[in-house]
Amino acid sequence: MINVTINNINVAVEPGSTILDAAKQVGIHIPTLCHLDLHDISMVNKVGTCRVCMVEVAGRRALAPSCSTAVTEGMVIHTNTQRAVRARRTVVELLLSNHPSDCLICAKNRTCDLQTLAADLGVREIRYQGVHSKHPKDTSSYSLVRDPNKCILCRRCETMCNDVQTVGVYSAVNRGFETVISTAFDNPLLDTSCTFCGQCASVCPTGALTFVNDIPNVWGVLNDPDKFVIVQTAPAVRVALGEEFGLPVGTRVTGKMVSALRRLGFDKVMDTDFAADLTIMEEASELIHRLQNGGPLPILTSCCPAWVKFIEHQFPELLEIPSTCKSPHEMFGAVAKTYLAEKLGIDPKKIVVVSVMPCLAKKYEANRSELSEKEYQNVDYVISTRELAAMVREAGLTFNELPDEDFDSPFGESTGASVIFGTTGGVIEAAVRTANAWLTKSDSGKVDFEELRGMKGVRVATVEVAGTKLNIAIANGLGNARKLLEDVRDKKAEYHAIEIMACPGGCVGGGGQPTHHNDYSIIKRRANALFEEDREKPIRMSHLNPDIQRLYDEFLDAPYSEKAHHLLHTTYSKREL
Amino acid sequence: MSEFSPQIAELDGFIDTLDSLEGKLIVVLHKAQNIVGWLPTEVQNHIAHRLRVPASKVYGVVTFYSFFNTKPKGKNKISVCLGTACFVRGSGDIADEFSKRLGIGVGETSEDKLYSLDSIRCVGACGLAPVVTVNGKVYGRVTVKDVDNILKDVGGNA
Repeated sequence: MINVTINNINVAVEPGSTILDAAKQVGIHIPTLCHLDLHDISMVNKVGTCRVCMVEVAGRRALAPSCSTAVTEGMVIHTNTQRAVRARRTVVELLLSNHPSDCLICAKNRTCDLQTLAADLGVREIRYQGVHSKHPKDTSSYSLVRDPNKCILCRRCETMCNDVQTVGVYSAVNRGFETVISTAFDNPLLDTSCTFCGQCASVCPTGALTFVNDIPNVWGVLNDPDKFVIVQTAPAVRVALGEEFGLPVGTRVTGKMVSALRRLGFDKVMDTDFAADLTIMEEASELIHRLQNGGPLPILTSCCPAWVKFIEHQFPELLEIPSTCKSPHEMFGAVAKTYLAEKLGIDPKKIVVVSVMPCLAKKYEANRSELSEKEYQNVDYVISTRELAAMVREAGLTFNELPDEDFDSPFGESTGASVIFGTTGGVIEAAVRTANAWLTKSDSGKVDFEELRGMKGVRVATVEVAGTKLNIAIANGLGNARKLLEDVRDKKAEYHAIEIMACPGGCVGGGGQPTHHNDYSIIKRRANALFEEDREKPIRMSHLNPDIQRLYDEFLDAPYSEKAHHLLHTTYSKREL
Repeated sequence: MSEFSPQIAELDGFIDTLDSLEGKLIVVLHKAQNIVGWLPTEVQNHIAHRLRVPASKVYGVVTFYSFFNTKPKGKNKISVCLGTACFVRGSGDIADEFSKRLGIGVGETSEDKLYSLDSIRCVGACGLAPVVTVNGKVYGRVTVKDVDNILKDVGGNA
């Protein structure tokens, strides 16, 4: 252990610790901006470029950046001397001298780290008047908006995209004042191999990376008397939305969310969980079909649109193995505009399906041409958890005081299996529950497959299903997915089924969720809340959902039937790298 | 087949001689510029693919170093040293004179693709300051008046 003194407090820390680590240990807060250490997902951005965390070290002439200075025995540190605080304020003023001051109308207003820092340091004037960067805004994609003029070059997005997700879209381009975080050849994001997972926006401390705002589109259709607007909500939304209204992390707000959506004017409030059950009917059938008909194996889950785009760019030679199932909200859209339209007696062209998702890639997915019928997309608009919260605030609803209400029938009923779709391991566990019940011809068998749970980036487990041992692998985070796929491609490992979610932790950690402010325990608590909801559900296997059974009886014939194929399955295509 | 296929084939020959691909980006970019004369997008993409690094990284490196060109260069490359020693002895005026005579700015190439004008930072011949290089040939103690003669020299070549 190494002994140091911080603000006259003695502390012993592990060798290799930084001053910032040591300060944290004794509860001393040193402001940081570029630094980001998400230990759980092995993301460390320690570039030391912003110089906000400067502290005084006795015996040193210059101030030291605490995030990247290792402690040494006997070090005496002062974090809040006038000199250190002044230096910090100067750094922030210099950053602000080349930063737009449109905070009031910025998408990151109230969640911006730079804004908070300026407020905390009491910056009241910017003494430096300099040239402002003038880079074009990139609004090419359906998911993300890049405004390089708000970028402070902290490199968090680059670390996330290159090291954690291994997608490699961003790089620092040019040098000196001209430096900008950009794409290869400054191509618009839509034309890159970006998966739109949105993790870059999740870690961006400013308004440089934000998401496409679909709220005006949704208000538009809600106020159009000719439209019948059906909303569906993904599982991960209900365990995170409450955070936007000050509720403790992990609070389940399903009932209040339904009630809020009804008050916003949606004609039907339904559940993507129902469609998750539908996905399992198809995916478990596909798994059994492939097991019994000689492959191809492994089957890869296909619920995550960022992951689908990743494999299309990065592993085009493996496009035979992902499940052909559309993702749950797309399946929902497909049956809403056929079966449900018929049942309600409404022209499908008048039906608008809005998805509330924890995800930014879903915005892009909804625009994929494969996911449409002749005249309309399966899903019309996707809003994120944060956008829903914004709509609730805009409408003046007091969210925390809303009554708990139930989803509308018939696409509102769901099982515990569908709830856990929102976390890593959940989709494959749901599929295994049903596959196991079908193959053993018993619904009273195992429900909790604990061996598939957890938050580790890559997990491998062998599950016995009706006497057959299934090797199952699970990855969350695209870097982890890459490792699994390389093993599959190089035939180094044999799996029967693989679940992949692009975001660390799965959908609970999605790019459209309330900001986690770099505290990863939040993601775990959201996941735990999903498992809680699963345990409380009376039905916990997808195939036992009575509304699902009715849908097949009345409309889809049987799982994996021709009609199901037409409506619920899709295709993939190779994309340039 | 593209415009650069033969050059890319030559570059591939070079890459194949490397014992490992790790950390070789700058070496390969140098070679590519040597072969092609500049670094077209297609060549950068090809290098990214061969070295298994993201194209964004290749582009980042190419735009960071002023040595790498992302635009084609003229047949005759005129470079004026703007390093400290040359600059204090008036190389800025020499660059301006070339610019005026050729009708192009520093870093640009004439429309007929005959001339490129660039600035360089120190060729290690400060004793000869100010220095101009033309297609690798070094002219020392250059004055504004010499610009004419240098261009005539090159003109024979053009």
